[in-house]
Amino acid sequence: MADPTTAASLHGALVRHAARVIGPLDLTVAPGEIVALVGASGAGKSTALRLLAGLETPTEGRAVTTAEAARPGGTAFVFQSATLMPWADALTNVALPLDLTGVAGPEARRRAIEALSAVGLGDRLDAKPFQLSGGMAMRVSLARALVTRPRLLLLDEPFAALDSITRRNLIEDLHGLWTETRPAIVFVTHDVDEAVYLAQRVVVLDAATGSVAAALQTPGVLPRPAGWRADAAYRRTVEAVAEALSRAMEPAT
Amino acid sequence: MTRLRALLPPILLIALLLLVWEAACRLLALPSYFLPPPSAVAVALVQRAPVLAASALQTFWMAIQALLVAAILGGGIAVLVSLSTAAERAVRPLAIALQVTPIVAIAPLVVIWFGLDNAQGAVVALAAAVAFFPIFSGVLTGLQSADPDLERLFDLYGASRLQRLARLRAPTALPYALEGLRVASGFAVIGAVVAEFVSGSGSAQGLAWRILEAGNRLRTAELLAALCWLTLLGLILNAAIGALARRSLRDRTGR
Repeated sequence: MADPTTAASLHGALVRHAARVIGPLDLTVAPGEIVALVGASGAGKSTALRLLAGLETPTEGRAVTTAEAARPGGTAFVFQSATLMPWADALTNVALPLDLTGVAGPEARRRAIEALSAVGLGDRLDAKPFQLSGGMAMRVSLARALVTRPRLLLLDEPFAALDSITRRNLIEDLHGLWTETRPAIVFVTHDVDEAVYLAQRVVVLDAATGSVAAALQTPGVLPRPAGWRADAAYRRTVEAVAEALSRAMEPAT
Repeated sequence: MTRLRALLPPILLIALLLLVWEAACRLLALPSYFLPPPSAVAVALVQRAPVLAASALQTFWMAIQALLVAAILGGGIAVLVSLSTAAERAVRPLAIALQVTPIVAIAPLVVIWFGLDNAQGAVVALAAAVAFFPIFSGVLTGLQSADPDLERLFDLYGASRLQRLARLRAPTALPYALEGLRVASGFAVIGAVVAEFVSGSGSAQGLAWRILEAGNRLRTAELLAALCWLTLLGLILNAAIGALARRSLRDRTGR
């Protein structure tokens, strides 16, 4: 369990929902590694994240995280929408995880301001969610996830609802934030380009079974150098992942 | 200017109706005990102003007390019930039974319980009984309407029940609770009047007593004047709570 090469893992994890069975799923994430999870809708990407977060218990098999990730605030989750409390300002929203895990008062405030500044919103502490654009709200959501300095960061298609420029900017931001504390990241996305650009490893889930269909290492370093999207190695990996994904989406014969 | 334009249609319609009413009374020479013209009602409003205002205050105070009792009981029970599905299943049928029971039917019983010399207590209790359900239902629905992803976030950080209630569910429930309170305010006024009708005069001389008294003496203009006060009370309560509800929404949506 105290394997230093593993931040979080799923071992034959299988979830029986009313309508279908997802898994068994085997997945290992190394400390500080960024993994992108791609697959068709309903392939079990979100279920995999919830299992890693401990928000869902596998019917069979098990989900393992390090003690560091299992402590309160050790694992953070970013949802598809910003999921902010509409009645609270940005500062209160970001301070929520600290508040819930027993960090209070000036210390919580200082860390929440720090986290908001890190996502470029140090001047919008008092803004209510309705006063923020979609991209800004998602930045607040990121700040809230990072404020407890998690060792495992799980993101469930967080940028899907944003325009492509905002998405690109947020991915650069995420790389920048990752460089500072190096949490292990599992990022669910529909977008193959985004997956290859963002992650060190792309895991493709099989549409029919929800098991791992393929896993591909991405070339190059993180954060990506400027203009890397034009790189031939990047394009080749995108093609390879797209091909693996379309194979994984074919109905089983 | 836009506000004025919004107010204009209802004012015009009311003025037109009053005009038709006045003309009909005069042209048909209706006896004033049957249907007095609006001008006679206006005279009664002015002449009987001190008495009617005192009675209106009395009814208003009853309705406010009833609303407070209903808010504390309805809100409190909703919070307790929201903590357990079994408790909700147990309480909901009883709450609905209370809602569908006609207040007139239980009034004599409640008057007996409070004692014939304590009509005011009975009136407050009866009005609170009708105001209970909208508040209970509004608060409970609100407490159960939190964003499921935010609920998951609270799971993830191991929030206690109290933290979940105070930080997430109660703030989520606020607009629902205010809407419930707004609906309940109208019920509380109706409840207070009906309860007063049934419980008899006693020491409580609210608007219902004025309406009964005027009716018995065939002073129909005074009866209608008391009715005007009653409508005014309902409107004031409704508008005050509506303003609170709009404010709480503006805090969240900017609109």
